[in-house]
Amino acid sequence: MMPPAETILSVENVAVHFGGLVAISDMTFSVSRGEIVALIGPNGAGKTTAFNVITGFLKATSGEVRYRTAVLNGLKPHEISRLGLVRTFQRTSVFQENSVFHNVMIGLHTRGRSKLWDTLLGTSRERESERELVNAALEILKFVGLEHRTTTLAANLAYGEQRLLGVALALAAKPSMLLLDEPVSGMNATETARFVKLVEKIRDAGTTILLVEHDMQMVMKVSDRVVVLNYGRIIAEGAPGQIQNNPEVIRAYLGQRKKRA
Amino acid sequence: MKRALPIFWLLVLFTLPVWLRDPYFLHITIITAIFIIAAMSLNLLLGYTGQLSLGHVAFFGIGAYASALTSLGFDIELPGGLHIVHAPWPAIAGFPVGIVVAGLCGYMIGKLSFKVRGAYFVIVTISFAEVMRLVALNWVDLTQGPLALNNIPPYSIWLPGIGEYEIWSKVVFFYVVAAVGVACYLIIQRLVQSRIGRAMVALKDNESLAISVGIDVTRYLVLAAVMSAAMAGAAGSLYAHYVKIIDPEIFLFIYTVTMVIMVITGGKGTLAGPIVGGVIFGFLPVVVRSYVAPAVQWMIYGALMIVIVFLLPRGIVPAIEQYFLNRKQADRPPDVAVLADLDAPKS
Repeated sequence: MMPPAETILSVENVAVHFGGLVAISDMTFSVSRGEIVALIGPNGAGKTTAFNVITGFLKATSGEVRYRTAVLNGLKPHEISRLGLVRTFQRTSVFQENSVFHNVMIGLHTRGRSKLWDTLLGTSRERESERELVNAALEILKFVGLEHRTTTLAANLAYGEQRLLGVALALAAKPSMLLLDEPVSGMNATETARFVKLVEKIRDAGTTILLVEHDMQMVMKVSDRVVVLNYGRIIAEGAPGQIQNNPEVIRAYLGQRKKRA
Repeated sequence: MKRALPIFWLLVLFTLPVWLRDPYFLHITIITAIFIIAAMSLNLLLGYTGQLSLGHVAFFGIGAYASALTSLGFDIELPGGLHIVHAPWPAIAGFPVGIVVAGLCGYMIGKLSFKVRGAYFVIVTISFAEVMRLVALNWVDLTQGPLALNNIPPYSIWLPGIGEYEIWSKVVFFYVVAAVGVACYLIIQRLVQSRIGRAMVALKDNESLAISVGIDVTRYLVLAAVMSAAMAGAAGSLYAHYVKIIDPEIFLFIYTVTMVIMVITGGKGTLAGPIVGGVIFGFLPVVVRSYVAPAVQWMIYGALMIVIVFLLPRGIVPAIEQYFLNRKQADRPPDVAVLADLDAPKS
């Protein structure tokens, strides 16, 4: 698909311990610019923990995470977000009490140019900045296909639409790399197909994507590369075709053909 | 229509002394208006960032004491032989001093709220107000303790042609309070309708998500706390120079509760909420008092509060807004209607 480009995210020997519990024992992988990489693994394998460490919501016990030239260890989540590494959350994560339009306006926060004084005095910079944000918000809503829902309260959206809004929010923060945590869980086949198209559209617009997902059909369809995590360590890595036939992956998922993951 | 409404309310506000010939009612109006300013400031914190400050009266009292002491002067001995003498300043200087001192305390509490949220924040703020009351009670050299600060001079302004004018008149003081109130309202309105206000609402609604889109949550909590405390301080200064006597009772918990009731019944997180709640619960005791016994008066107060919270859990203003929204949506297709509102300048 894409020629292997420069590495933009690298996770090196990261370990996360919660007291005596080892959530991630030793994780090393990297993502190149323009790739869609999926992080998969059975429940409790440490996928979401990995996301939390990369985006600064959790501290790594050891190891290093680098994004482009910056070392992310020790940065606050909002600082990491401002570097262009933006995440979505598992399940629904939107600003429930706000309209769809307002949600995206909140997401556009860091793009606003007005200072406190502009706001208090109502300067022309304030008005211009607000107008830019309104236009950007409508553009993003059109991009994800929620333009007909602008005034709906986020809590009243259908489930699939809430997930779309979650992505719209993340896009509003101008990511150069997007981390999607189980974006299609709970979606039906139609919604999933629509979401896959959206993910591809986001990548084509120049955003690198790392996603965690349980829906294997979706993963195999959308990703360029798959990283498999089990018991806090990486057990396989490669193109979707290779992963599907990897015996260790099959064992991790099917547990010697006794139960389904 | 949208532009006419604010002008109408401004007219009502500024002609109020004409309707209220009775000086007693004017007095009640002024006190209520001062509390409405305090309630509006509480609303910025409670309604928009979702942090319940149950010690909000502390900022009010600090503003009152700082302002009064600025205009009265003081002479204190600090441990270590430090002797501080402050000669009385013109009363009007107390106003900005009250705002700044209260704002600084707000900064402190705001920084703290980064560490403690929710129930802990509530406890910290209650304790803060109680500590302030004890300080006011026991630091007799500075505050006169229970003897109260007396003879606080009225604001004085310099008018061309008249010279120094001391505001003793209730009517003139009403206009001062009204002007401060309108200014606070406009500041809060600008704040909450900007990206700053959206950041505050975001951190109330879903904090992790707010952080994930790059919002520096602490910054906006501190900003809201400072703004809120400064406005409460302004209200405190108005109070001190109107009543002209303040004692440690000003830090009593009941005043915070009054503010919270005003905000909650009116509708937290709405601009008009504290005003509506403030008018109801500011005037109610006075109006009812002329008809029933004092005991019954407070029962009615409590009952009304429960009824409002029970029937309109989100408050009066949101309920009214919802009613008009429903009517509007019956008239026009919904999305067109609200998109038109988006394009219209914010009122």
